[in-house]
Amino acid sequence: MTVSRRGLLAATAAAPALMRVQDALAQGIAPRRGGTLTTILSPEPPVLQIGVNNQGPTLVAAGKIFQGLLTFSPTLEPIPVLAKSWTISPDGKEYVFKLQEGVKFHDGHPMTAEDVIFSIMKFHMEVAPRARAIFALIDKAEAPDPLTVRLTLKQPFQPFLLMFDNSACAIVPKHLFDGQDYRTAPAVQKPVGTGPFRFAEWQRGNFIRLERFADYWKPGQPYLDAIIYRIVPDSQSRRLAIETGQVLLTQGSDIEPFDVPALRSRPNLEVSTKGWEYFSPLAWIELNHRVKPLDDVRVRQAISMAIDRNFITQRLWFGVGKPATNPIASTTRFHDASAKIAGHDVKAAVALLDAAGLKPNAQGVRFTLKHLTLPYGEVWSRLAEYLKQSLRQVGIALELESTDAGSWARRVGAWEYDTTINFVYQFGDPTLGVERTYVSTNIQKVTFTNTGGYSNPKVDELFATARNAADPKDRQAAFSAVQKILCEEVPQIWLMEMAFPTIHDKKLRNAISTGLGVHASFDDVFLTA
Amino acid sequence: MEASKLPGFLLRRAVKAALVVLAIVVCNFLLVHAAPGDPASVIAGQSGAADAVFLEQLRKQFGLDQPLYVQLWIYLKSVLSLDLGFSHRQQASVAQLVLERLPATLLLTGAAFAFALAGGVTLGALAAQRVGRWADSIITVIALTFYATPLFWVGLMLVLVFSVWLEWLPSFGMSSVGVEMHGLEVVWDVAQHLLLPALTLGLFYLAVYARLTRATMLEVADQDFVKTARAKGVPEGRILRAHVLRNALLPVITFAGIQAGQLLGGSILVETVFAWPGIGRLAFEALLARDYPVLLGVFFCTSVMVVLFNLLTDMLYAIIDPRVEVAG
Repeated sequence: MTVSRRGLLAATAAAPALMRVQDALAQGIAPRRGGTLTTILSPEPPVLQIGVNNQGPTLVAAGKIFQGLLTFSPTLEPIPVLAKSWTISPDGKEYVFKLQEGVKFHDGHPMTAEDVIFSIMKFHMEVAPRARAIFALIDKAEAPDPLTVRLTLKQPFQPFLLMFDNSACAIVPKHLFDGQDYRTAPAVQKPVGTGPFRFAEWQRGNFIRLERFADYWKPGQPYLDAIIYRIVPDSQSRRLAIETGQVLLTQGSDIEPFDVPALRSRPNLEVSTKGWEYFSPLAWIELNHRVKPLDDVRVRQAISMAIDRNFITQRLWFGVGKPATNPIASTTRFHDASAKIAGHDVKAAVALLDAAGLKPNAQGVRFTLKHLTLPYGEVWSRLAEYLKQSLRQVGIALELESTDAGSWARRVGAWEYDTTINFVYQFGDPTLGVERTYVSTNIQKVTFTNTGGYSNPKVDELFATARNAADPKDRQAAFSAVQKILCEEVPQIWLMEMAFPTIHDKKLRNAISTGLGVHASFDDVFLTA
Repeated sequence: MEASKLPGFLLRRAVKAALVVLAIVVCNFLLVHAAPGDPASVIAGQSGAADAVFLEQLRKQFGLDQPLYVQLWIYLKSVLSLDLGFSHRQQASVAQLVLERLPATLLLTGAAFAFALAGGVTLGALAAQRVGRWADSIITVIALTFYATPLFWVGLMLVLVFSVWLEWLPSFGMSSVGVEMHGLEVVWDVAQHLLLPALTLGLFYLAVYARLTRATMLEVADQDFVKTARAKGVPEGRILRAHVLRNALLPVITFAGIQAGQLLGGSILVETVFAWPGIGRLAFEALLARDYPVLLGVFFCTSVMVVLFNLLTDMLYAIIDPRVEVAG
């Protein structure tokens, strides 16, 4: 029974990709060959080798050079890329991937199962912390023939497939890395992948140029001749660049949220917030539980109720993103809509603080907290100012501290803060991207671990159950239970399910076609005449 | 200045300059490492996922697992052998990163410098010649306006007018990318991109030079030797050029020397607003990323440049005004 359902899943996995082309044809628009896409990349990545560097802009630009075995639809169904099909054994321990035929690296070498196994077991295992944690579960990796990869796990791991997107496990050429230090190999400077575009030129501080790879394995694709990423460091200059048509596409945090309404009203531009479902970043006020009185659940509940998430989403982010309702974003698997944090209620917040015995002084201040403003752009400063005002209404004084990205990362990593803002990718599954913030086994002096120091044995147990269960039903039960507990205990103050605006000229087609949006390979992207 | 004095002077100054640069290198090194955070934690913060092994690997690769004095010693040794080090973050040598950016910076700051100096001295001289008349008032008002306006605002306004409204000039970058161009087309293309940032950067200094030239020319014009020249019957134009302007240039040269020393440093603000791929931005981004070798490399180059231009300015004084003697 299970076998046939999984087999069916594999067989129909090709459907979304085919449908996209059919959709386009149905609209009477045939893809057109030719043209150059000029867009923006900001901030400039240090290198374009996925794995060695995994920053947002790196994944966007290198996503055109490298490919993974799979990618994911907006509802997180797997879509074949370098893997033509795959099967999963009934016990959930054996994964067999059949690779596409005729795939070549940009230097002409054919891509085989050897490259795939090298990428998983050696390259990403060594350089990428996220892959290391998961791929350690692999017991055996074998290549029965040059186009088949068989991975045997030590235990079933249901979210395993999500690790085979390009952003998590790009397939790199074994012959250019094997036997070298992966971080310093020459190929890091001149990245070589299997993607539809090959690395052509990089004038630092100026632009990165990728050109069409003529031997790409999908016949007739890609449609574009070249993609040029201009490096534009100032957000107002970026806005002018898309407004005046000097670039045709902006992505990520290129455009400040407060500039989005003006761009929405321009007839030649399309603004979309789709294409972030795989990452589903969730933003929250990060509380350090070691700082009193943040260890008191009533105080955390009060802070959570003092904040108007609709205001934040509508007035600060201008509708880009939506209010958070629980620790798992609604676009991530196993989100339980019935588990909800309490809504905006200033009176109830005041009552909770009174009950906690925190009496206001003559100035109406119950206690003072420091807040480390997230140094990622103007909108985060505005958020900090809003939080200061709304918390002052219930008698909590917030002292804002400004900082730069280097100091922020160090201080959060060293637990040297009272409160700050953090946003964290969820990678499609709570085991991959949510668990790390709440389980006591992950309290580490490293960013994006459980830096807040929250600890609850019941929560640890439920996350462990969900991680180890092979059946999605059992996992859902555990995740639903943990969402209810976390909504009661509010270990972090979730604010918003973030999205980033993708803004493009209407001439540009298929800019967002998967759950990874602008991180996709762009082999189906084209410009109408 | 006697020719025989020059070699000794140059030698003494070179030794002093080397010591100054060395002291600067040490100070820079300590200052840069005093900033909180390190490149490994920055990368971890930007990657969205990290573990302790990852941080340890990076710190080891960057050489940050060594004690600070060992790192300083290693750095000093490499600087003394004219090796500026390696940026592990960008996987490239610092010299290469700096040299890549140098032409863009020199073009921008050089154009702005030439424009400011030529325009400023001309306007200042014109104003001094017509002191109290409407031309003087107009020049003074213009100079004061540019002197008082913040650079980034001027830049944004220029973009608004010339790129957005008139659509004459591109609003960012140094050249058109992805277009096949040859010879003069390339020059024309870069010139179009250069105009707005060079104007933005130059206008402030233009104002400074204009005000300085006008003030000192008026001061010199009252002195006895000018009256003597006039009494001798020297034509007015020649008085202005040979007697007044030449004597009035010394403070202008002092200031130009200071500005020239900063040519290499670029301008973070203008380079950022216009997405100009220069050294100022390289340094600023290196600071944010705690890319120590790159930051130190840029500091090293700019400090050498400042020292060099001070020397050059001192020698220029002697040429323009023979009464000034060079001394070590």
